[in-house]
Amino acid sequence: MTFHSILSEKNIQKETAEQPVFFTDLNLDQVINEIAGRRKDYNLSPFFYTPLRDAETIDYRHEVMRDMENKTLAAHINAFSEKMILVRRYLAMPEKLTFIYHKKGWFLEAALIYCEAVAELSRNLESVDLKSRGFLSLREYATHYTQSRKFTALQAEAQKVKADLSAVRYCVILVDGGFKVKRYEDEAEYSAEVEKTFEKFKQGAVHDYLVNVNQGTGMNHIEAKILEFVALLYPEPFAALDKFCNGHENFLDETIRAFDREIQFYAAYLEHVAAIKHDGLAFCYPQVSDSKNVYARETFDIALAFNLRYEKIPIVTNDFELRDSERIIVVTGPNQGGKTTFARTFGQAHYLASLGCPVPGKEARLFLFDEIFTHFEKSEDIHNLRGKLEDDLARIYDIFGRATTRSMLIFNEVFSSTTIQDAIFLSEEIMQRALDLDLPCVWVTFIDELASFSEKTVSMVSTVQPDNPAMRTFKIIRKPADGLAYALSIAEKRRLTYAQIKERIQS
Amino acid sequence: MNVFLMYRAKDFDMKQPLPSNQYELIQDLELDTLLNVMARDDKYLFDTARQVLLSSLQDVDEIRYRQDVLKDCLNFPSVIREIYNIPIESITSKHRHWLGIFTRYPSGILSGAIEMLDMFVELLKKLKRIADENIAQFESEGFKRFFAMIQRELTDEYFLEVETHLKRLRFKRGTLISVELGMGNEGTNYLLRKPNHEDLNWFQRAFTKTSPVYSFTLHPRDDHGARALGELRDKGIRLVANALGQSADHIDNFLNTLRQELAFYIGCLNLQEELEKYGEPVCIPDVFPANERKHSFVGLYDISLALTMKRKVIGNVINADEKDLVVITGANQGGKSTFLRSIGVAQLMTQCGMFAPAKSFSANIARGVFTHYKREEDSTMQSGKFDEELSRMSEIVDTITPDSLILFNESFAATNEREGSGIASQIVRALLEKRIKVFYVTHLYQLARGFYEKNEGAAIFLRAERQRSFKLVEGEPLQTSFGADLYEKIFR
Repeated sequence: MTFHSILSEKNIQKETAEQPVFFTDLNLDQVINEIAGRRKDYNLSPFFYTPLRDAETIDYRHEVMRDMENKTLAAHINAFSEKMILVRRYLAMPEKLTFIYHKKGWFLEAALIYCEAVAELSRNLESVDLKSRGFLSLREYATHYTQSRKFTALQAEAQKVKADLSAVRYCVILVDGGFKVKRYEDEAEYSAEVEKTFEKFKQGAVHDYLVNVNQGTGMNHIEAKILEFVALLYPEPFAALDKFCNGHENFLDETIRAFDREIQFYAAYLEHVAAIKHDGLAFCYPQVSDSKNVYARETFDIALAFNLRYEKIPIVTNDFELRDSERIIVVTGPNQGGKTTFARTFGQAHYLASLGCPVPGKEARLFLFDEIFTHFEKSEDIHNLRGKLEDDLARIYDIFGRATTRSMLIFNEVFSSTTIQDAIFLSEEIMQRALDLDLPCVWVTFIDELASFSEKTVSMVSTVQPDNPAMRTFKIIRKPADGLAYALSIAEKRRLTYAQIKERIQS
Repeated sequence: MNVFLMYRAKDFDMKQPLPSNQYELIQDLELDTLLNVMARDDKYLFDTARQVLLSSLQDVDEIRYRQDVLKDCLNFPSVIREIYNIPIESITSKHRHWLGIFTRYPSGILSGAIEMLDMFVELLKKLKRIADENIAQFESEGFKRFFAMIQRELTDEYFLEVETHLKRLRFKRGTLISVELGMGNEGTNYLLRKPNHEDLNWFQRAFTKTSPVYSFTLHPRDDHGARALGELRDKGIRLVANALGQSADHIDNFLNTLRQELAFYIGCLNLQEELEKYGEPVCIPDVFPANERKHSFVGLYDISLALTMKRKVIGNVINADEKDLVVITGANQGGKSTFLRSIGVAQLMTQCGMFAPAKSFSANIARGVFTHYKREEDSTMQSGKFDEELSRMSEIVDTITPDSLILFNESFAATNEREGSGIASQIVRALLEKRIKVFYVTHLYQLARGFYEKNEGAAIFLRAERQRSFKLVEGEPLQTSFGADLYEKIFR
């Protein structure tokens, strides 16, 4: 088994630079920006813009992700990544620096920490119980690599050069208008002596005057001149440094470099999950297949959960399911009741599953789609009625031009900007097309009639508290569309039912 | 080096929490009058005196330690004032010459510290001279130890050592710094070094050595380079700058402590000098452990009254040893409140190691001093006067402990005599059983009478005389308080 990539066993998927069009509708843009944004340097977004088309690679990633849930392994990977960040930073430095031994000095540091990072990673992988194909083959690769002549020679030489340079000690004598540099000749340390003289007055805490002189990277021409003199005083270690730099120009292994970036996909996602997992919110590894009988238990909107992670408001979870020949979930019910959130949740779960990631919920079986199409109405856009309706229809037409029987549709309040008769007519037409394609679909609408349009539609309703209809529960449950019942309960609360009005109006 | 003139083995703590009833004590005992005289318009002296006076010592030995130091102060006031002047001089110089450390750069810290230390050395030499001159004639353990420490620590050799450092740290001949190669071959571990052959001109010596020396001279207009050299120097001297800056602060603190610990005694000297003007005596009290019952004095006067009237006032002679209840009744304006106040003030003065305002005074230590005085009508009208009194009493009960001293002045009289007496009597009985010493000034005849009749020897009854001699005499409580007299006097 040869190691290929931690993201897939065989074929390396082409990375997508562009964010998928439905991202904003599903609020996945927020989610991925948050995940990838924390590790900007790795440019992780393309990984998250590229859904998988085969269940096998999804399995491969699940295995790796489960291994990464092991805190010990995650800590090892984190330690490795932090060192690799330094390697890249140090390697980039010579481009910005001017003085030759300064440049070479940082090149040496990069090599040293690289060797340390890889050796440590290899050692650490040996000590962890690994199950995934990905990590097992990586371990094998790392063992071979660290035992290779190329690597051991690099490490030994770097350490030797560093040790010799560290042993150099010199003296600078600063006078007005200049300085001298000479070898260190056992001159006694002076600060401690001064401190000792005044020790008898020491009592209680006083202000700390220890200034942290900025040890940032950089070298001015004075320091460069000093270094030049030092190289003259101690020529051997600097000659060794020259030789090292010439002999190891491209020491970074390409596979290690790729692994360092790709493993961040898992680490970043799990970090995000950890930030959300509270109040009993769960994530699970979904079964992903070609079956359109999908379901999820206690799932939720991952973007909403993240935004509310510090709030006291509990996140409401919901279930969804398409049984047998059911294909379309029609969501109706009061506004602000969580219908849009529910639609997003459905889409998010499927998309995240297609990345090989765990999804919000206790348990899930999801559909391996070839494409997700969304159409979300923006209520503030009603000003141009005719133009908008036309535009909507054009977009929907376009969707049906591209959708296949393996696509997914998520419609949210389409045609809300036309008359109800028009809306019913258009919706039924479109819905029939969706049914003809036999694709899974969520359809949020204010038109109750759609809920019972066909035996393939499932009616789900956003609910209110029975005793106080003004309070939303954000629970979306499977039941017949009952807009009337809802209106009735509001009327009862206002004492405006038939009976109540009869009673209140005295004859 | 420790001053230790307030305690045998610790510094005085200006931040030690004061008793929760400090404001009542200050108000009821009119302590501000006393403190103002001790302070002579010096806020520092005022704050110190206030803190000391309200932080009663609880240990006979600790009190005697201070009393002994105070005796030396009273014997040699001019020496004490001369020593006190040393920290004052330091403060004045710092202000006048802008001495201090006002920068975040090692070179600035170092030069600031050197200037301060130059000044401190002169002041410490002065302190050394005073110690040399006076150690023989001072008798207290505190001063003997202090002077001996000064002599031991601040020898001529030591001053020479300090001055050598201060001279060397001006780096007239350059700054020698050792450096190692750190990450990226950047310099690290900058350490200030002492030249190997200081007696010779090492700077020249470096040339004559066989080991190579490379030198570089900045272009005169290379400002960037000059700044870089300065930064390099700062890296080299940061440790020594910290050491010297902290040393300057430590000596500054030492002088501050000296000021702090002497401030109380200076206050005592100020007070004694003022009282001497009016011919009022002071004495070093005899102190007894808290579990004993001692309270006897000759010529105990109300120091606040004397300082306000600026003349000698009447003193009292009482022997209340073995007593735990003192009930004072009698004529209005007959000196009852004055007497009660003199008891409270003398107790606080005694327990902080001061002299007492009397010809002689002895008392046992009180774990706490509490006052419960009649107050003006509550202006907020939220609670009735009697209720207000009880509420204050309840606060006292929250904090009072056995072997405390409590002074009641006309307490619980804001109701009818029978009820007031009844409640007061219950309170007092409870306090006595908790081994709390009670002084009670009252017009409540039933209360006083009740204790008088039940007295088995642990109570003493004092009366203000009708003749208004302001002197209290022992005697049984009388039914009238001579209010009619006053009425007569004023209305006729």
